[in-house]
This record gives sequence, structure tokens and C-alpha cells, in this order.
Amino acid sequence: MLNLKRIPTGALLGLFFTALFLFAAIFAPLIAPYSMSQIVGDVWGPISAEHLLGTDSLGRDLLSRMIYGARTTIFIAALATALSFSLGAILGFMAAVVGGLFDMVVSRFVDLLMSIPTLIFGLVVLSVLPSTIVTLILVMGILSSTRVYRLARAVAVDVNAMDFVEVAKLRGEGTRWIIFREILPNALSPLVSELGLRFIFSVLFLSALSFLGLGVQPPEADWGGMVKENKDGIVFGIPAALIPAAAIAALAISVNLVADWVLTRTTSLKGGRD
Amino acid sequence: MAMAQAKPQRESDILLDIRDLEIKAAIYSPDEKPRDVTIVDGVSVQTKPRGESDILLDIRDLEIKATIYSPDEKPRDVTIVDGVSLTLKRGKVLGLIGESGAGKSTIGLSAMGYGRGGVRITGGEVFLNGRDILKAGVQGLRRLRGREVCYVAQSAAAAFNPAHPLMDQIVEAALMHGVASRAEAEKRAVALFKKLGLPDPDNIGKRYTHQVSGGQLQRVMTAMALCSEPDLIVFDEPTTALDVTTQIDVLAAIKDAIRDTGVAALYITHDLAVVAQVSDEIMVLRHGKMVEYGETRQIIEAPRMDYTKALVSVRSVEHEEKKPTDKPVLSVRNVTAAYPGGQIKVLQDVSVEVHPGQTLAIVGESGSGKSTLARVITGLLPPTFGSITFAGRTLPPKLADRGRNDLRELQMIYQMADVAMNPRQTVGTIIGRPLEFYFGMRGRERDARIAELLDEIEMGKGFIDRYPAELSGGQKQRVCIARALAAKPKLILCDEVTSALDPLVADGILKLLLRLQKIEDVAYLFITHDIATVRAIADSIAVMYRGEVVRYGSKTQVLTPPFDAYTDLLLSSVPEMELGWLEHAIKGRRMASAGH
Amino acid sequence: MGSPVLRLVAQRIALGILLLFAVSVLIFAGTQILPGDVAQSILGQSATPEALANLRKELGLNDPAIVRYFSWLGHLLTGDLGTALTTRQEISATLLPRLWKTLFLASWAAIVSIPLAIVLGLLAVRHRNGPIDKMISGFALASTSLPEFFIGYLLIYFFAVKLQWLPAISTVYDSMPFLDKLKAIVLPATTLVLVVLAHMMRMTRAAILNVMQSAYIETAELKGLSAFRIICKHAFPNAFAPIVVVVMLNLAFLVVGVVVVEVIFVYPGMGQYMVDHVAKRDVPVVQAAGLIFAAVYIGLNIVADIAAILSNPRLRHPK
Repeated sequence: MLNLKRIPTGALLGLFFTALFLFAAIFAPLIAPYSMSQIVGDVWGPISAEHLLGTDSLGRDLLSRMIYGARTTIFIAALATALSFSLGAILGFMAAVVGGLFDMVVSRFVDLLMSIPTLIFGLVVLSVLPSTIVTLILVMGILSSTRVYRLARAVAVDVNAMDFVEVAKLRGEGTRWIIFREILPNALSPLVSELGLRFIFSVLFLSALSFLGLGVQPPEADWGGMVKENKDGIVFGIPAALIPAAAIAALAISVNLVADWVLTRTTSLKGGRD
Repeated sequence: MAMAQAKPQRESDILLDIRDLEIKAAIYSPDEKPRDVTIVDGVSVQTKPRGESDILLDIRDLEIKATIYSPDEKPRDVTIVDGVSLTLKRGKVLGLIGESGAGKSTIGLSAMGYGRGGVRITGGEVFLNGRDILKAGVQGLRRLRGREVCYVAQSAAAAFNPAHPLMDQIVEAALMHGVASRAEAEKRAVALFKKLGLPDPDNIGKRYTHQVSGGQLQRVMTAMALCSEPDLIVFDEPTTALDVTTQIDVLAAIKDAIRDTGVAALYITHDLAVVAQVSDEIMVLRHGKMVEYGETRQIIEAPRMDYTKALVSVRSVEHEEKKPTDKPVLSVRNVTAAYPGGQIKVLQDVSVEVHPGQTLAIVGESGSGKSTLARVITGLLPPTFGSITFAGRTLPPKLADRGRNDLRELQMIYQMADVAMNPRQTVGTIIGRPLEFYFGMRGRERDARIAELLDEIEMGKGFIDRYPAELSGGQKQRVCIARALAAKPKLILCDEVTSALDPLVADGILKLLLRLQKIEDVAYLFITHDIATVRAIADSIAVMYRGEVVRYGSKTQVLTPPFDAYTDLLLSSVPEMELGWLEHAIKGRRMASAGH
Repeated sequence: MGSPVLRLVAQRIALGILLLFAVSVLIFAGTQILPGDVAQSILGQSATPEALANLRKELGLNDPAIVRYFSWLGHLLTGDLGTALTTRQEISATLLPRLWKTLFLASWAAIVSIPLAIVLGLLAVRHRNGPIDKMISGFALASTSLPEFFIGYLLIYFFAVKLQWLPAISTVYDSMPFLDKLKAIVLPATTLVLVVLAHMMRMTRAAILNVMQSAYIETAELKGLSAFRIICKHAFPNAFAPIVVVVMLNLAFLVVGVVVVEVIFVYPGMGQYMVDHVAKRDVPVVQAAGLIFAAVYIGLNIVADIAAILSNPRLRHPK
């Protein structure tokens, strides 16, 4: 079915790196050469055989911290994405199928949430709430679910207007059959690619918050926080901060490439040329 | 004292060019003083050279290819037009006819050296006014387009720029090519508006696209093409998107304009009856190749090729009219309906009956309310007044209140088979679901019945695992028919089921529906705008106009004069495969176009 | 100019004002009703109950939320942004100069990125599916995935540290000569440009492509018009509105991107000010800054919508 040769190079690269990052995140304790908080060398030690990426602002092994950081970043971003997706998609589908007052109230509230830039709203909320992992996941998940809601609702409204859904209604099918058998299979491809985009958004948002010192708090560390820890080295020509920053970029690009490929692949399956 | 010039303006284009000629003669009479009399005053004459340049357009061995991009595969080339040759003399009209994908529009545009999208002219020669325009280069083509050859599109509404008033666009080509001054061009445009029968010719040019109706825009675009006095106009399905009573007006206007201006034309359409009215010669195309090419009379009256014969005899499906029974399967009584929130009644006091095993055709143009009637019968739009009785029971007005048996016995088939099937379900699931849902059939029993149904629609069980995207247009509609039959209905609502199909395919579907009616004893409520389809399939007919039934009865009754004004207009507007029909029809009309 | 246009524009502006009020409620609710105690946050865990009670009284925290909201809003409408908890200074005195600095930075980023994005978008359309188009869309894909601080520190690392052409820290003060100011903001402005450019370009490309594929462009080509005339007379009037919309949406995006960029370059703008006070849990400052950011964002969105209304011939020339 899935012919490896037919996957474009970009998507293949994306798949490879996404898998690599996931592997690092899951098996962090097994592959990290040192522990996360152990001071093993000089401050900002250079790249060496012992420390493949050098050491950080306190003399901890940067590679080990990167591997553990992958865990924190991917874990929080994945949970926030899952939250935004279940919340947004369920509300969006319901709004499209149920319609009426429910649709209006939810849609207007989403409009309101989206009229404030996400980062600004996040900052306002975090000025009161403590920066715990749960808070972060909730804030990111809810803010990000507005976009999923809009997409899910739009797609479901589109599909709902198709004649084949009318055929099912005229046949006497129930709401469950209509949502799960008629609408969902046709709404999946834009939603799956949106899943990738929401994950990237979560990674970038979390990293930005941590970089600003408002995300994951020490001694825990994610990639954004590691940029913050090491940023003062930059002016002395020490590129340690660039390594976690590059990792964030690489993860985001990889997932983007995969999402892009999923989108073109599934749309072409539909048989429509446009 | 004569002043004549015989200097050609453009090479081989103008032989003799007399401008503003004034001739006077001195008259000497014995009683009076000699005086000058003007014999000729301000006459201009241009003649074009005869002989070889009598031929305006000469296309030789044309080959056109397009590149197809698909996400999973490498781009590949397909041949759209293969080895087509034609010649067109000055002032003559050549009709290009064929189904969708025949390459007719592509050939038409090649006369302007233009390829749409990824389309490229890869071989052959196109001579216009004696020059091969494929070798003209970008600048050469630009000088030619809008000057020597102009284009009239299928949808003038999309072809006009919404940001500018119509007049600016009409005179644009003439101005840019230096054919006329702005004042002259506008004067010419207003004269053309008059000739084309447009209302308020002096001011219509000040309007914007969205302020003018579709039928009028089509005429405005014809005026735009004629404004720079070209040698050739390419008409690309100019009346296809119009309602039938509007089509006849536009067609007559175009024909008059062609005759009076002496312009030559390539007239592209899929409707042989239409092209027979306007063209001197016809070329029949299929799959990018020429099938037959000849005089219009010969093509219509004595076609040589089988495919042409099929096209000419299309809509010849015949069907013996049945007598109404005493117990109708469906009766719609005094139904009035409006869309939620709307004040306008889309249906007003509609009463019709369908008899078991028979067909009622509902005929009308867009906006007549015929599709709304179907929505009311299915319960999707509850009527504000009136009742619907089906198989002896009065149906609840709302879909949600109807029983499963009511739903099963009343099935529906749609115009666009593409969107009437879930693209993620196989043919087996699509046909099998009603079997499961209504009869609880499972496994082998269900598969056997699906195979049976596939046989009935002449497709065979090999299609069971196919997805809709893998079927042709006609096959898709057949699967929809099988899905409706699977429910063992008493009545099927058919909403324009053949309108989106090519004529030969549509004929096949009609024949199938008639055959199935005999076998399954099912009744049809057949909604259409096409009188020929009605003749082919109906036992009784209801003519609808602006939400009301204006004429209703058995097929013979409805189609026999005397007619009411609208039915007369509708019937007389349907093009017939007969030379001279258009002039005859226009002369005999009692009511102006219904649409606008 | 017909009345429907004026009515629609008025409606859109009224809706924007309504939205702004709703946003003020949301921002207020976000900081006041959420389960966090401002007094506790300020004084820390070790504060005595008396101190907490005093502070609560001083901040008016004992009043019902609705009373506090309207007194806050009333002050806002008279230009009084309140007093910072941490410094006990008028917020507007500190905030306004910083707002101008932020706008200075954002405007320069806009001045560079808008024409660049439109030109690149046009280029991509002109060479559609060709190598230039692919390169541009590849670049766009990459740059939407890059965090601001990656681009920012990369620029600092090379241009400030390695090559030493430009300062790593963008210090700007009022008495600074204009050219020095410009030099100071080259790196942060470049970062912002790189952040918004790709997105803006992609959307511009889509908008132009949409217009260039319409039937009336084909009509113009079949009239034998020159490419220049087709673009100026037929494509531009129709592409104008979508491009303005793209530009406005991206400016809104830019205003937000400014927050992180200011922190990277220690630029004394409003974004950095807000982030500092979030960490200090200085709620009045955060509210004020948040509302201003939201107002700019909403304002730009209104401009985008109005541009779309004004350039719609259906609305300008009603039936």
C-alpha cells in the first residue's frame, strides 16, 4: 500500500527526524550519557569527546540536557495538542451539526478569544496563575483549540451540505452514523494536517514562554528554557544557546514536512483534482 | 475631380481603400450659369483581396498537449487534440461540436494562439489571414488578439472584470489596437447594443457586471467582440449556461449580428440542435479527433459516421404514454412553501399526482420552484400550507416525524452524482447500506443482492470494491439509481438526473430508467428543464413557472395546443434539430423571454 | 460612494469597539477571577495575614469584581492606566514612551517586509511551479517553523559577535541621533522581517494567484493587451483588497512577534516591559499592556476588513 519510494524526499526527512526526536524523548534515561542536573565540567565547556555538545552555563552536559529537554518539550506540547484537538474538534462538529443557539454562543466566544493575540493572552493569564505544567497545558490547549474549532466547524458545515449527507438523512440514519460514517471520514485529511500544525504551534508557544521565563521553571528544563539559560554566552561567542534553538526549529520543520505531505496525499485520494 | 487611394494599409489585408470620396460634376445648361453638382459625397470603401485570402482561417494538422500534475506521480503529458485540420472562409460560421473532453474549446482558442492552463500547441499550423500565427511570437499574437480575432466566453459574468464599468472593457481592445477613437468605439458599441436587443442601450455600458443579468451579459460580450470589427469571433458555448427561453433570444441576437457584420465565427457547443441554427458547416469531434466534417445540412440530414448519427438521433427515446389509475401513489395537495425567514413563497398552491409505475415530469426553468417541490415532498422543507399523501397515508410534514417505511418507499436521485455519494465509501457500501438499514441484510445475502442490483444497472459485480472517484459520470449516476432501487421504493424523485451528463450518456440513463420502471413497477417524479427529456419519459406533465403549476395533465394534453403563454414560450424555445427552426420560432412567439 | 458602504464600514467599526470592550472584560476576568491571589503573589508565601489584608484593602480587592471592573474601565477611558504595584508609579508615564519605541521598531520591520513580500509573492506567481517558486515556498515553510529567538541569536552570533558589524544589544534612548537609532534596530528589525516575511509572501502569492486565474484576466489576454496593462488595469484593482488584508493581518502578527524580539535584543519597548511585569506579577501593568496590544491587533484587523469592503464593486455600485 504505502510505497516507500513514492514518499517525497522532504517528507522522508521529516519522518526520520520526527522519529529521532520521539525516540530521544521516550528513551531519555537510557540514552543520555549524564544525568540532567549533574555538574560535570566547566561553565560553557567546548565540544569534546566527553561532552558531544559541550557543557552549559552551570557546567552540565548539554547533550544530556537536550535529550531530557526533548522529553519535557514534546510531552507538554503533545498533551496541549491533544487537549486543543479534542476540545476544538468536538465543539466544532457539534456546532456544525446541532447549529442554532449552541453554534452561535460558542462561535462568538471563539471570535472573542481569537481577537486577542495568543501570546498576549497567555502572558495576561500567567501573570496570575503559577507556571506549573498543568497550567501551561491548559492555557496552551484552550488557546490553541480556537483554531481547531474554526477549522472543524467549517469543514463539517461544508460536508454537511453535501448531497450524500442528505441521502443519509433521507434514509433515516441517526446523528451518530452521520457524524462518524459520513462526515468524519471526509473531514479527516484537513484535520490530520492541522494536528501537525497545532503541535508545531504548541512547541513554539511553549518555547517562547520558557524563553521569556514564564514557561517550564527550573530545575526542570525544556528547550526554550535552555535557550534562556545559555543566552548570555552568545555575546562572548559561545553558541550553546543556539543548539536548543536549532533543535526546536528542526522539530518544527520536520513535523511541518510530514503534515504537508499528509495533506497532499489525502486530498489526492479524494479523487478531486482541485 | 476624384480622389481615390489604393494603398494597402496592411499587407495582403486590404486591396482597395477609398476614403471620404467626393465627386462633383459641372453642369452646363444653356439657361443658367454652369454649376457644380455633388455626385458622390464622403464615401469610403474598402475591399479585401480575393482569391487565396478568401480563406480566413486555415488550421492544419493541429496537435495540442497538456501537462497533468498530480501529487504522487511525475508530471505527464496527455494529447488533447490530435491531427485536426479545418478551413474557414470569410464571413462563414463553422460549428465545433462534441462531448466534454472532445477538445472543441481548445481548438477554438488555438485560433487565437492561446492555450489555457498547462495546455500547449505542440504541432501543426494555424494560418489566420494568410500568416501562421503560431510563429507570430508574443508581440505578434498580442497585435492579433482583440483585433483580428475576438472571443466570447461561456460565462460572461466571470469574463468581465468586476472592478470596471462594462463600457470601459467593451471599447478597450478597439482603443488599444488603435482601431477607433474612444468616441467612435462607444458610438459603435451603443449601435451594437441596439442591434443585439439590449435594453437601455445608451446607458447599459455604465453598469457593472453584477448589475446586469446573465443573458444580457452574454450579449454585451458579443458586442465587445464585435466592437473592434474583427475578422473572426470564437464563440465558446455562449448560451449553454442560460435558461432555455433566454437562450433562444441570445442565439437569435448572435445570429443576426454575425449576418449583418459579415464576421466569420467558430461556434463551439455540445448541442447539435443549437449549432445547426447558426453555422454553415459543422465539425464533429470526439476525444480530440475529428469524426466528421461537412455542410450543416449534410451533417443533420445525412450523417455518415455512426457517432454523428447517434448525436443526431439523440433524444429519440420513445415511450408509450400510460393512462392514469384511480389511486395515485403520491398526491400533493395545495402546497405552499417558503424558505425559513423568507417572505417570498417559493411554491404557491401546488397540486399534482403521481400514479403507480408511471412518471410525472415537472418542467420549469431556474427559479420555477421545481426543486423546492422535491424538498417539500421529502420533508426537508415542511410546507406552510397543504398536505402530501403517499401510498394511502398522509405524510408528516417534517422529515424527523416520518416512519422508516415512509422513508424507504420514497427515494431520491440527484443531479450531481459526484456529491451524492460519499467519496470514502465503496460502491458496495453505498448500495449495501440501504439493504442493511431497511432489510437487515448481512454478509453473503447482502453481497448477492448488491451483485444483482449492479447487473440491473448494466455494470456487473466487478465494481463492488471501486470508489466513486474511479467511475465515469454515467456510471456514478447508475450507482445512485441502484442505491435508490435497493430500498425497493414505490416512488423515486429524480432531480435533473441527466442534466450534468453528455447527451449520449444521458440517453443511456433515460433508457435504463424506463426499463427499470417496467421491471420494478416504480413511479418517478422527474424534475427537469429539458422538454426533450420530458417527451422521452413522461406519462403526465406539470409545467411550473414562478412557484405555480401553470399547466398540468397527461403528456398528450399538455403538449397539444392551444397553449397558455408560458408553455408556448417554453416549448417553442427548445432548439430542434432542423434548419431554419430559429427564425420560425422567433417569429411565432407570443411572450417575451420569461427570465428578464 | 453609496450608503451601503458607509453603513457597512460604520458597522464594522462599531463591532470593533464592541469587541474591544469584550476583550477588556476578558482581560480583566483573566487576571481577577482566576484562582490566584494578587496580594499573595505580590507579598509572597511568607507574608503576614495583616499585611495581606492591608494590601487587599489598598488594591480594592474586597469590592465585588464588577465594581472593580467598572472603576478600572472608567479610569482607562480617561487615559489613566493605573499605578504599577511594584514601582508605585503612573503606568502611562512609563508605558507610552515604550509604546512609541515598539511602534518605531515594528514600523521599520513593516516598511522593509511589505514591499519585499509583495515583490517575492509576484515573483513566485510569475515563475509558478518553477525553481524560484519552489525555493520561495521552501523558505516559507522553514521560516514559519523557526522560533524568533533562533533567528535573533543566530543574527547576533554572526553579525554582532563574529563580524562585529552591529551591536548585540539594541539600546535606544530619546536623545539618540536618528541614524544611530536605525543602526541599533537593524538586527531586531531584520529578525522581525524574517519572521513575518514568509507568511506574508505565501498569502500574497495565493491572493495574486487567485486573481490571475480568473476568467477576466483570460479575457484581457485574449484582447491582446500588454502584460503591463493586464496587471495594472485588470489584476491590480481586484488584487488590491486581498493584499491589504494580508498585509494588515501580518502587521498584527508582527506586533505580537515584537514581544519576544524585544527580550532577545533587550530593546526598551512595551513587550519587554510587559514580560518583566508578568514575572513580577504586577497585574495592573500587565492588564494595561495587554489591552494596548489587543487594541492594536483589533485595529489592524478592522482596517483589513474596511479595505475589503471599500474595494468591493458590488458594494460600491449597488444594483
